[in-house]
Amino acid sequence: MDKDAGEGKLTSGFMYSDSQFGDVMIVGGGISGIQASLDLADAGFKVYLVEKSPTIGGKMAQLDKTFPTNDCSMCIESPKFIECDRHPNIEILTYTEVDSIEGEAGDFTVNLIKKPRYVIESKCTGCTVCVEYCPVNVPDPFNQNLSTNKAIHIYFSQAVPLVTYIDENCLFLDDKKCTICQGVCKHDAIDLHQEAERVKINVGAIILSPGYEPFDPRLRGDYGYGQMENVVTSLDFERLLCATGPHEGEILRPSDKKHPQKIAWIHCVGSREVTPGGNSYCSAVCCSYIQKQVILAKDHNPNMQAFIFHNDIRSFGKDFERFYQRAENLPEVTFIRSYVSLGNEIPETKNVTIRYATDQDGVKEEEFDLVVLGVGLNPPTDVLNLAEKFGIELNPHRFCKGNPVNPMETTRPGIFVSGAFQGPMDIPESVVTASGAGSLCGHLLNYRRGKLARDRIYPTERDVSQEETKVGVFVCHCGANIGRVVDVPSVVEYSSQLENVVHAEEGLFVCSTDAAEQISNTIREKGLNRVVVAACTPRTHEPLFRDTLREGGINQYFFDMANIREHCSWVHSKQKEEATAKAKDIVRMSVARAANLEPLQEFDLPVNKTGLVVGGGIAGMTSALALANQGFEVHLVEKDTDLGGMARRIHYTLDGLDVQSFLRELIRKVYQHPQVHVHHDATIANVSGYVGNFVTTVKSEGRIKEIRHGAAILATGAEEYVPTEYLYGEDERVLTQLGLEEEITKGTERVMNSQSIVMIQCVGCRQEDRNYCSRICCNVAIKNALKLKEVNPKIDIYILFRDMRTYGFAEDYYREAADKDVKFIRWEPADKPQVEITSAEDNPVLQIQVPDPILGQRLALDADLLVLSAAVVPSKGSMEIARLFKAPLNPDGFFQEAHVKLRPVDFAAEGVYTCGIAHYPKHIPESIGQAYGAAGRAVTLLSRDTVTASGAVCEVKENDCIACGACITACTYGAIEFRETPQGKKAYVNAILCKGDGLCNAKCPTNAISLKHYTDEEVFAQIDAAIPPPTEAAIEEGVNRE
Amino acid sequence: MTAGHKFEPRILGFLCNWCCYAGADLAGVSRYQHPPNMRVIRLMCSGRVDPAYIFQAFATGQDAVFIGGCHLNDCHYVTHGNYDALAMVHICKKLLGHIGLSRERLKLEWVSAGEGIRYAQIMNEFVPLIEKLGPLGRGEGLDEQELKFKLAAVTKLIPYIKLVQSERLRPDVSERTEEAYNEFYNSEEFDRMFKELIADKLAVGQIELLLREKPYSAKEISEILGLSPSETTRHLKVAARNQNIEKAAVDYDKIDQIIDKHHSQASSLVQVLLEIQHENPWLPQEVLDQVSKRLDVPLSRIKQIVTFHETFSLMPDEKT
Repeated sequence: MDKDAGEGKLTSGFMYSDSQFGDVMIVGGGISGIQASLDLADAGFKVYLVEKSPTIGGKMAQLDKTFPTNDCSMCIESPKFIECDRHPNIEILTYTEVDSIEGEAGDFTVNLIKKPRYVIESKCTGCTVCVEYCPVNVPDPFNQNLSTNKAIHIYFSQAVPLVTYIDENCLFLDDKKCTICQGVCKHDAIDLHQEAERVKINVGAIILSPGYEPFDPRLRGDYGYGQMENVVTSLDFERLLCATGPHEGEILRPSDKKHPQKIAWIHCVGSREVTPGGNSYCSAVCCSYIQKQVILAKDHNPNMQAFIFHNDIRSFGKDFERFYQRAENLPEVTFIRSYVSLGNEIPETKNVTIRYATDQDGVKEEEFDLVVLGVGLNPPTDVLNLAEKFGIELNPHRFCKGNPVNPMETTRPGIFVSGAFQGPMDIPESVVTASGAGSLCGHLLNYRRGKLARDRIYPTERDVSQEETKVGVFVCHCGANIGRVVDVPSVVEYSSQLENVVHAEEGLFVCSTDAAEQISNTIREKGLNRVVVAACTPRTHEPLFRDTLREGGINQYFFDMANIREHCSWVHSKQKEEATAKAKDIVRMSVARAANLEPLQEFDLPVNKTGLVVGGGIAGMTSALALANQGFEVHLVEKDTDLGGMARRIHYTLDGLDVQSFLRELIRKVYQHPQVHVHHDATIANVSGYVGNFVTTVKSEGRIKEIRHGAAILATGAEEYVPTEYLYGEDERVLTQLGLEEEITKGTERVMNSQSIVMIQCVGCRQEDRNYCSRICCNVAIKNALKLKEVNPKIDIYILFRDMRTYGFAEDYYREAADKDVKFIRWEPADKPQVEITSAEDNPVLQIQVPDPILGQRLALDADLLVLSAAVVPSKGSMEIARLFKAPLNPDGFFQEAHVKLRPVDFAAEGVYTCGIAHYPKHIPESIGQAYGAAGRAVTLLSRDTVTASGAVCEVKENDCIACGACITACTYGAIEFRETPQGKKAYVNAILCKGDGLCNAKCPTNAISLKHYTDEEVFAQIDAAIPPPTEAAIEEGVNRE
Repeated sequence: MTAGHKFEPRILGFLCNWCCYAGADLAGVSRYQHPPNMRVIRLMCSGRVDPAYIFQAFATGQDAVFIGGCHLNDCHYVTHGNYDALAMVHICKKLLGHIGLSRERLKLEWVSAGEGIRYAQIMNEFVPLIEKLGPLGRGEGLDEQELKFKLAAVTKLIPYIKLVQSERLRPDVSERTEEAYNEFYNSEEFDRMFKELIADKLAVGQIELLLREKPYSAKEISEILGLSPSETTRHLKVAARNQNIEKAAVDYDKIDQIIDKHHSQASSLVQVLLEIQHENPWLPQEVLDQVSKRLDVPLSRIKQIVTFHETFSLMPDEKT
């Protein structure tokens, strides 16, 4: 079947046997490894994805929801499993560990050990009959051992591959006692004598994405964990929240399986501490995930009381600040800034008491039904061994030692790192760094791109034009997300009676690999020619199911999705009856629409293999170089006469990077690269075209150029807020951090001679009109404070802060500053610092007053210099660029990515990407990481020869066209024009230019032009079906009476 | 539904894929609760909402229609279809008011993909509002029949409305702004044009539909339609003429006779049309369809001829 592809491979000139040769090996199948695999596979590389556990998915699969949108974690991740599974260029090896590696960049040989599953993967169908019969109940690791599973089981229901494995608790493996599973398996899939298998694979590059390990409080018995039943970790709690968790989404505490009414969350467990066994760094994700858990727990039980004992609240990410406010504003949710100590367990109730202290009340002891420990992120288990195997160095915290100017590089060439092994990070950063690591592999292996890659092969499409309409309806429980509210069986029953429906069934997760495959089978077996899936939103899952239809051998446009989750179960959770009725209406409308759907053909458009990067700062230059290094022409458009952007004003970082010499080197590389074309002093006048084929008009140095390009990366940067507060601009002793940095670098007299410097944090942000945290300012203040202390150890530095947000490894510098006697004084927004000039004799003194919560009095600080940590604000140019490229902005004016978690550098509009601080404030290494990420994403497009355009475009029925021209006026894409026909002048649609908005359709007085896939027939069918047929209820009533 | 039940409004929503639908998704993801009264149809752009959809929704029994698009100037498409949605909604609201229905039953809102909470808020306000208005028609004191023919009259007029809208009923501005649109559609000029171009036609249409049921006196018609006696007389004249013509038009025997006379030959097309128009002062669509079928000539060819020769009338009052 792959004969062509096989022959193609011979031309590549490598010696290999089919299963043993690839381009890149990705070690670790969590979300980061998955993203890296998909990007590289799309960019024309053959990828081996190696995962030590029985399925891909990693820690993200265990999470219930994701912050700050509370999107369902498994729901957004599992489509990626299927994508990996179906991708012709990805080979997944689960339950497999790396034994050793040899060789060097471009030519590594990796020796793998495939652990015995005792189940033959190719034979197992995932039917789980064996699981039912297995007599051994064991704690279920996926559910954090809070529930039991069998010794033979599937890791979780969306697992890829969806096959069982037998763990060490098996009676046969232990004592040769039992072979029940072997007896019940109809597929002879069980092989209790299976042995570990050695596999040798040759690849050109390796990406390490082993993730992290949650801090284990059992080791030290933190807060009674392990001894007191009702003390759980945050990951335990995550499983308790989850519909697929131990109690199907009911939060029941371990001791008595009762709903806890009063829960305490404790921050920083195992993080930000220097005591033995703890980690000195900040784990960066815990503040937000605790807020998420509070919001979700309150959602499960609105009467629940929540107490959150925290240190600094570190809501430094995009939209985290609002998320924090959301949690804080819930009724009966109390955030208490206090260290806590464990009291005791009350023997009768198993409740746990906690001692804490507040400024007002002093020390208190309070009793809780359940205590959740906000555990931090540790390096992966056995990290020393891992480092040795791969020959890479670790940092002092035992995470991967990175290059400060390229966070994806390890100390060994050809081995890259992505995800939380770089250091504690959240999901979007894991995804971004995965795309970035992919981009670096692309650079290294560009010469062999496409040589091993294959195209997906689908079965031939069935011609259904002569068939009667046969609709199949698949209704999803989505775990309990839908099933808990909507009566799914009754929706299935109802669906089966609708006109044209020949098949209706329910599924626990219709999007899981086996369920999707089952749909393909059902299409074939039952001869379905229309499919309706009643589940979640088509905006995330439609592509997956369309693919499923193609697998089933029918046109992908014969699919419609009935959104009974986002638009129903999730928003009417207290009205089960109404929600069920609504779900039936939604399905009925969908079925009516489906019956009218027509098969459409997509077409391929050529891709212009040139990239355009807007913005010549560090992010823009890095992504431009990353594209050029992978063989693509790049145009770099900079509004200024110099490259460098904001970084020109930055001289050093906390890690000690010499920014200016790095910048000079980067600029030199950009100018020297033959494939990077820099346009200075440039503005963009116009952007037209579409994915793969943009035309951008650039005015540069007095000339107008038209640039044709396939992809665009927007890296337009940001600016420092110009404060209007605290006498900035009125007194020359008041300056911003950037100003201070400049003066420190120059060694100005007034800085050198300063005896006392006061810094105020959060100037211009974390307030109503700019409701976000600028993320970088805390580190910058510490950086400058340490620099000042270096120059003059005796200088008094006061940092007036709200929360110190030195997340991740920067925590060490915060500690260092405190050790060097930098004084940190916290203020509340209700009582801001006051700045005034007190005229002492002839010399006006700059005085800052701030309440000291610890001493309970106002401090008056006389300062030689007052330094404001001014907000990062979107650049003025971004708005214009956003308009031109149709790139949305968020309420704060930063670029809005397509999906906060899983498409962090993509825009919803295809072919346009973003990176750097135009997306959100970030540190230089983060900007660089994101720049590589954006380039990696752009390459998945540019490396293709064609892009597929939607078949949902407009079409003219010439007979009905009266040539009034209303459509032509409406279509500013210029997709419609008049053509002479034998019947006279008629409108004609150029399908390549048509973007499928359907405006023309709404304007046409004779309905001669119509938008395919959203035709009048289809929409009217939905409108008519929106009202339940009146007779039905009446008939039913009549029948019942009889 | 048994009597005594609380009135649960039925609402149909048309949401654009890129903003409002995504906003509704976000409301779901964030679990912002709102009443379960609306059913949603996803379209790619709010500009895709055909006025016919709105009146079809009302005709099938919806109590309200909601349209959600991207914020103005944030449209996903360079066509800025949401401005067209704004114009269309203004005209449809005017039509609703004109036939005695509350304009508030049609709501247009801009909701971005990030405004889940706003979407929920809008739903939480809109549903009680419609509850207060009561069921469609009954809430306004229209009886069922009356409501039906009024909606039918509007639906019939929609192709014509689309034509005049694209030619005249739109603000003549170089740069599209919400203010300019709102100003235009609330202006006296628009009022005047609406009356001239649409209201009269609508009245005639309604009279026609009324008279199809049973012969009403002029006085009764004035009362039912809320017209002044002089207006009624004026419209009746037009209606009376149209009525005859329409009857004649559906008198396919006559047409068949003419066509038979010419031996169903396509070459006699112009002659056939002339003879038919001799019988009827204008050529309704149904007639053209019939001719096309019988002579086996594409409809477009026929339209090409009838729109070319000034002799032919496609509208009843073109020549009077």
